[in-house]
Amino acid sequence: MRIITIREYFSNFYKMSSEKQLLEELTTEEYKYGFTTDIEMEIAPKGLTEDTVRYISAKKNEPEWLLEWRLKAFRYFMTMAVPTWQNFKHPEVDFQDMSYYAAPKAKPQLNSLDEVDPDLLETFKKLGIPLDEQKVLAGVVAVDAVFDSVSVKTTFQKKLKEQGVIFSSFGEAVQEHPELVRKYLGSVVPSTDNLYAALNAAVFSDGSFVYIPKGVRCPMELSTYFRINAANTGQFERTLIIADDRSYVSYLEGCTAPMRDENQMHAAVVELIAMEDAEIKYSTVQNWYPGDKDGKGGIYNFVTKRGICRGDRSKISWTQVETGSAITWKYPSVVLKGDSSVGEFYSVALTRNHQLADTGTKMMHIGKNTRSRIISKGISAGVSHNSYRGLVKISKGADGARNYTQCDSMLIGDKCGAHTFPYIESKNSTAMLEHEATTSKIGEDQIFYLNQRGIDSEQAVGLIVNGYAKEVLNQLPMEFAVEAQKLLAISLEGSVG
Amino acid sequence: MLSINNLQASIEDKQILKGLNLQVKPGEVHAIMGPNGSGKSTLASILAGRPEYEVTGGEVFFEGKDLLELSPEDRAREGVFLAFQYPIEIPGVSNINFLKTALSEIRTHKGLPPLSAKEFLKLVKEKQQLVDFDAKLTNRSLNEGFSGGEKKRNEIFQLAMLNPKLAILDETDSGLDIDALRIVANGVNQLRSSENAFVMITHYQRLLEYIVPDFVHVLYDGRIVRSGTKDLALELEEKGYDWLKESLDTHNAI
Repeated sequence: MRIITIREYFSNFYKMSSEKQLLEELTTEEYKYGFTTDIEMEIAPKGLTEDTVRYISAKKNEPEWLLEWRLKAFRYFMTMAVPTWQNFKHPEVDFQDMSYYAAPKAKPQLNSLDEVDPDLLETFKKLGIPLDEQKVLAGVVAVDAVFDSVSVKTTFQKKLKEQGVIFSSFGEAVQEHPELVRKYLGSVVPSTDNLYAALNAAVFSDGSFVYIPKGVRCPMELSTYFRINAANTGQFERTLIIADDRSYVSYLEGCTAPMRDENQMHAAVVELIAMEDAEIKYSTVQNWYPGDKDGKGGIYNFVTKRGICRGDRSKISWTQVETGSAITWKYPSVVLKGDSSVGEFYSVALTRNHQLADTGTKMMHIGKNTRSRIISKGISAGVSHNSYRGLVKISKGADGARNYTQCDSMLIGDKCGAHTFPYIESKNSTAMLEHEATTSKIGEDQIFYLNQRGIDSEQAVGLIVNGYAKEVLNQLPMEFAVEAQKLLAISLEGSVG
Repeated sequence: MLSINNLQASIEDKQILKGLNLQVKPGEVHAIMGPNGSGKSTLASILAGRPEYEVTGGEVFFEGKDLLELSPEDRAREGVFLAFQYPIEIPGVSNINFLKTALSEIRTHKGLPPLSAKEFLKLVKEKQQLVDFDAKLTNRSLNEGFSGGEKKRNEIFQLAMLNPKLAILDETDSGLDIDALRIVANGVNQLRSSENAFVMITHYQRLLEYIVPDFVHVLYDGRIVRSGTKDLALELEEKGYDWLKESLDTHNAI
């Protein structure tokens, strides 16, 4: 390595530029480095002002239009109040008492798995997570280390690149494909959509970007890579997926392993765009820290997820398994704009102890002969409350629209609650809408029957719950489904008896 | 194998068993008969460990172990099997997945490794044939939408799969037509060996024509009041339970 002395550097510069330019260059240069070091060493100061937004945007080296977009969202956010319609008491959130740039989280570096909380390792073992991934999730090795050692990232990216698939961090996409980002960002979830969507738009730190070109079937589930990567994503992530004409992509989000994340709020935004004959399948397994037995701590998972079937015969399918977070508040939705487009929502939401979930979907039928299907399975245990909230809206022009909704609730114990809030608005008399709902309790006779065959009560509940949620779990890609099944069983440990 | 001494039990403060004695040795088949409300199903429930019942006195030993001290799942793992009078439906849980879980729990308890998928499927096939169980039902959800007869046959299939030491059949014959009864009985007869024992609880003598017991006991008012061979069952069939009640009540009155 050749070391350039300052003198050399100066003299090089003198050759090519004027003194004034040099001065400018040097000051920005110095500022830049100082800036970066600060970020790496510590989290941005608390508080949310226009300066915070500018700071983040500058840090990400964003173009002017994106900064403007963020600022518009910020100004809107400042005028908004916290909604009151949800079926839980909104926790007191002091938006000025949070730090808005904490993306590269510095985790305590551990030397080996021996130093990791044995409970956490036990859970990893039960979930069957490979050792390499365990190390990343527990913070023993950095993400990059694993990537380097097995070069997962490079292999994947090469394969994707051959097909013309773009799969990168949001920040990278802004730099490398600004035209695509600018065209689609906020086109499904406007920056002024709701309080948390506005907050995300103003301060999002990173996220993922996917573009599948025309006629391409994405050659792999966008999963393993993301699962590892997801370990370090920040509180305000943003995902934008565009499936161009006749393309297909299956995207897996989340992490089945319990993340001991101390972040209080996750306000993510996900936008999906399906063009003509395109299909997007989006699966989530969410297991953020739910707080302790007494309801202390835990993540507020306030997420806006929406997809639009822009093209005719396009399809968007959401599958979610939600077992974590103190509060889960989200409604992955589909706008069915293209004729004969299809929207699906498959959900399992499990709450225990003091957890709260208010989740469901919106299906907005605009195009002709559009179809939607909603399968929601709620499971409540402990003193938790689990609400399904859904809207099926049929617009005037949506001739021949069809919806099927099935919304089941299961109760474990007698101190929990299950609630359903299904809304239907139809402005077209040709629509066909079906709604089915059931509520059941895990029977003692069911548990005893399984006991009598040698299966203990916790396993019995696991089996019964997995049987109940099967229709949804079947929608998950194979390897995820297996983990999700185990996760449901583990989450209910200690809920019986 | 099973030794029940002076067993007393109640449910919701109502005394049902009032000092029941029964000894079962390997290789034996015992039939327990008796009128409605005599305590037959209570006995089955107590042996399996159903939580609603309270044992108020007496003792039960199974293979030298205090059975009443064991949890229901441990009793099952030790080799006590109850064929339910009303098998339970569990939606979404496939019969085969359920059996795999149950079998591996029992094997783990015995210190055996779980069967490989191949070995397990071979066993399933073999036992299906042995008890004449419809292979289509194996992959369906556990008892969900099964007819009464199919549920009972599934109990016998499970019995064949789990191969317990002691099988208690609680009115397995009730609700079966004659063909189904014959199939179930054939299944049980196939499974009889010098190592295992059966306790059959039944209301009717009919079942005993197909599964011939070594001993017949008559349960009445919480006690075994008569024991004998299969001839006792025939006598009971002929004269009815009223005959028994009268003779006993007269006896008690004196």
